Amino acid sequence: MNNDRTFFWRKLHSLSGVIPIGVFLFVHFGINYTAFYGEDAYNTAAAMMGNLPFRYAMEIFIIFIPLLFHGIYGIAIAREAKNNLSVYRYEKNMYFYFQRLSGIVVFLFLIWHVGTTRVPAAFGAEVNYDMVANLVSNPIYLMFYIVGILMTTYHFSNGFRTMLITWGITVNQRSQKFGIILGILMFIGLSAIGLIAIFAFV
Amino acid sequence: MTGKTVHLKINRQDGPSSEPYVEEFNVPWRPSMNIISALIEIRRNPMNINGDETTPVQWESVCLEEVCGACSMLVNGKPRQACSTLVDTLEQPIHLAPLKTFPCERDLMVDRQKMFDALKEVKAWIDIDGTYDMGPGPKIPEKDRQWAYELSKCMTCGLCFEACPNVNPYSSFIGPAPLSQVRLFNTHPTGQIQAEERLDQIMGDGGLTSCGNAANCAEVCPKEIPLTHSIAELNKATTLYSFKRFFQL
Repeated sequence: MNNDRTFFWRKLHSLSGVIPIGVFLFVHFGINYTAFYGEDAYNTAAAMMGNLPFRYAMEIFIIFIPLLFHGIYGIAIAREAKNNLSVYRYEKNMYFYFQRLSGIVVFLFLIWHVGTTRVPAAFGAEVNYDMVANLVSNPIYLMFYIVGILMTTYHFSNGFRTMLITWGITVNQRSQKFGIILGILMFIGLSAIGLIAIFAFV
Repeated sequence: MTGKTVHLKINRQDGPSSEPYVEEFNVPWRPSMNIISALIEIRRNPMNINGDETTPVQWESVCLEEVCGACSMLVNGKPRQACSTLVDTLEQPIHLAPLKTFPCERDLMVDRQKMFDALKEVKAWIDIDGTYDMGPGPKIPEKDRQWAYELSKCMTCGLCFEACPNVNPYSSFIGPAPLSQVRLFNTHPTGQIQAEERLDQIMGDGGLTSCGNAANCAEVCPKEIPLTHSIAELNKATTLYSFKRFFQL
């Protein structure tokens, strides 16, 4: 009997980046974007999310457990790499390197992000427009957000491209080139949505 | 002769556990020289740049036409085949060093045993006969033969191991070349008999899923083997097989 579960865990790691984390990222960015329509629109959307049924169960199983699994296992995977970008300056090797770098930055960003939003919320603070606006009034925190958003959108877009390879969907060179174009378009689109949203709080 | 010389800077090591050191050489230039012919000049007259007599630099080479894979080394920091690397295309001094991924035996010679062990692990062969002659096998379709031939050009030179960021002492990754051989032998009509055994083998720790898609392997492969295509094809095969293995049999 084969007891080596590497294949299963690696595939779960790849999948978890898209479902549920990627789906959650889209929802999260969508809610953020309502700030572009004004304070009231954002507060309505945030309250709607906060009042969803089974909220805590959904938070734990759709957000926290998958994020912790993806992040911790991802750091273990990143530690296996001996980066060699200085010798091999190839396009995909750069993507490889930045995928690992952005993963670690996003992990740190999320610790700060959860610590400044969900943790106060757990102690009774209301999650609304003012909470975010107060944070980004500090230019350093605004910088954290800009870096965090761009690293997240890069990590997701490039991760989606490699997910297509990892599952054997884009196999030949032509489809893998299409994957790169798709990744770049997703990166531009998601970054635009994320940045427009955060600057709506400034 | 013109009196033109080739300046070589070579990372040397007297034995597997000796301290490495750098020694420089000037050898007479000839038209169309490759790295091997420059090394042959050192062997002919083992004298370093200071005019001191030294031991000849050791290296490995067999075919001298880029089909054996034995003369792999770092040329100006890049993994190359010494036979097909021409001196006139390089900036001088030409810096030669042994590949870093494999244990150094002496000077530019490395031990690529782990590649051959990996080929054994993945059963990179075809069982032809049993205890009696089983007759001819099925023919390989021409459209498959054409690309399978490209994969069969792999000479186990180790350049893909050298360039891969996931082949290193902290990782158990089997490496790009043996994976591509799995695709080759799983395509062969007779090799297909053991296809699932090979897939089982590469689905474990350090197998296919340790690939990080950096794609350096395909960039440095001297035979231009589409290694990333092979890996993606195996991703598809193992994904389908994993469902079959879980739900059937």
